[in-house]
Amino acid sequence: MSLNVLQEKAALIAQRRQRYEELKAAGQSAAPKTLPPPTKRDGAPIEPGSIRQRIAVPGGWYWAEKIARGEALRVLNVSGTPGVSLFFWNAADPSERYNSADTIKVQWTAELRKGRVLFSDMGRVLMSIVEDSCGAHDAIVGGSTPASNLRKHGDATLRSTRENMILAASKFGLGPRDVAPVLTLFAPVIHDETERMSFREGVIQPGDFVDLRAEIDLLVAVSNCPHPLAPDVEFRPGEIELIVHRAPEPGTDDLCRTATAEAARGFENTDRYLSAR
Amino acid sequence: MQPTPLSQPVSAFFAAPAALDPKDAIYDFIIPANRPWSGVVEKGQVLRIVDLEGCQAVDTLFYNAHDHGERYSAQDTILAQGAPYVSTGTRLISNDGNVLGVVVADSCGRHDTSAGACSCEANTVRFGQQTRFMHACRENFVIEVSKHGMTKRDIVPNINFFMNVPIEPSGKLAIVDGVSSPGDHVDVLAAMDLLCVISNCPQINNPCNGFDPSPVRVLIFDPSSA
Repeated sequence: MSLNVLQEKAALIAQRRQRYEELKAAGQSAAPKTLPPPTKRDGAPIEPGSIRQRIAVPGGWYWAEKIARGEALRVLNVSGTPGVSLFFWNAADPSERYNSADTIKVQWTAELRKGRVLFSDMGRVLMSIVEDSCGAHDAIVGGSTPASNLRKHGDATLRSTRENMILAASKFGLGPRDVAPVLTLFAPVIHDETERMSFREGVIQPGDFVDLRAEIDLLVAVSNCPHPLAPDVEFRPGEIELIVHRAPEPGTDDLCRTATAEAARGFENTDRYLSAR
Repeated sequence: MQPTPLSQPVSAFFAAPAALDPKDAIYDFIIPANRPWSGVVEKGQVLRIVDLEGCQAVDTLFYNAHDHGERYSAQDTILAQGAPYVSTGTRLISNDGNVLGVVVADSCGRHDTSAGACSCEANTVRFGQQTRFMHACRENFVIEVSKHGMTKRDIVPNINFFMNVPIEPSGKLAIVDGVSSPGDHVDVLAAMDLLCVISNCPQINNPCNGFDPSPVRVLIFDPSSA
């Protein structure tokens, strides 16, 4: 290549790098300042009249139902059970679904907490974390499997998130091919200083809860099985309560819609999609 | 942590090929910059991916060649080894909990499997709406898996060979400059017959390809016929 061509190429690379460094600096420094602290465990009461459904899900079991845009799913960890896994699909087109990798990559963090959003594989926001008492969730390691139950408890036949998700998907007419990496709530998993994935004990308490607001109509699967890295010796998954309620209408200053440039662009994509219906 | 129980013992495979000479490869192909590739790697064969010019992300998915419903699972792989980066010794686990393959050699040292593949749609969120019409890995994946009867719903979070995504204890993560040098390679020993699907990443908006995508080389070795 001639010197001119090489110089032009180097200039182009430098220009691309500069833009990336600017986006990275904005994405990693601005966001944590604007995110509020966790919701208090006795905070964010739900107006009784706004509740459409309230159900207790026994330890080990799953729940699979549709949630409409504008409704929120409160996952209330009444027992302090270490891990509740979720997966969800666009109800109108289940080929669009929660994407764990995009969710953490796009937001520059795996620390999902109040103010963060959950992305589909189509660059759209499917759910917003509008309330969250713990901010301790895992998008990287995922849920339990027959293999992880065998390893932890010596019994591959115990109920697992992997099998719960296959069951839940089947109730929507979907199959194992439609189940991808899950999000596990109430799972304080970090990549620690020894470069291992580790579960922080004592973080999750009875009464912790998360409110997830549906931004489009969704098919939602919830698996009430402990996280595979949770230090529970015996298999004793506790009960949870699920409350589907009408969420307050988001205003123009809505936290989740405005907290980060990435979320704002994700909502542009979601809103454009909804405007065609 | 105890290893994930295996559908078949893998220890025998670990004795595999210490030094593989490219001239002994039964397949040798250069994937041009930005392009997809797919091929079958039979049980016992070794897939080698060579980062010819350095700092080139190679987005890779594996499927059971006889049952595409069984495919690579990033979460099961991370859970099985208890750590998030892929390197020598990493067993690549399927969504059914079986070992698809084992990384038996790696001159680079660290590969990502948390950040997934780029897409036109995610690019608009990450980099702005002006990137909507730029080529992306999931475009490559959709075209390539369609040759095998699969669709977008079969594309799951993948391995990014030669892509460097440190995850901090705070959860903070970002794609940073790659650590691969020209000629670095990774070898994956197939523990079952695998369909391997690759997108030679076309991303120019982050450092995963040094902002300048380049070709990579794939070779397949068959130690049993050597």
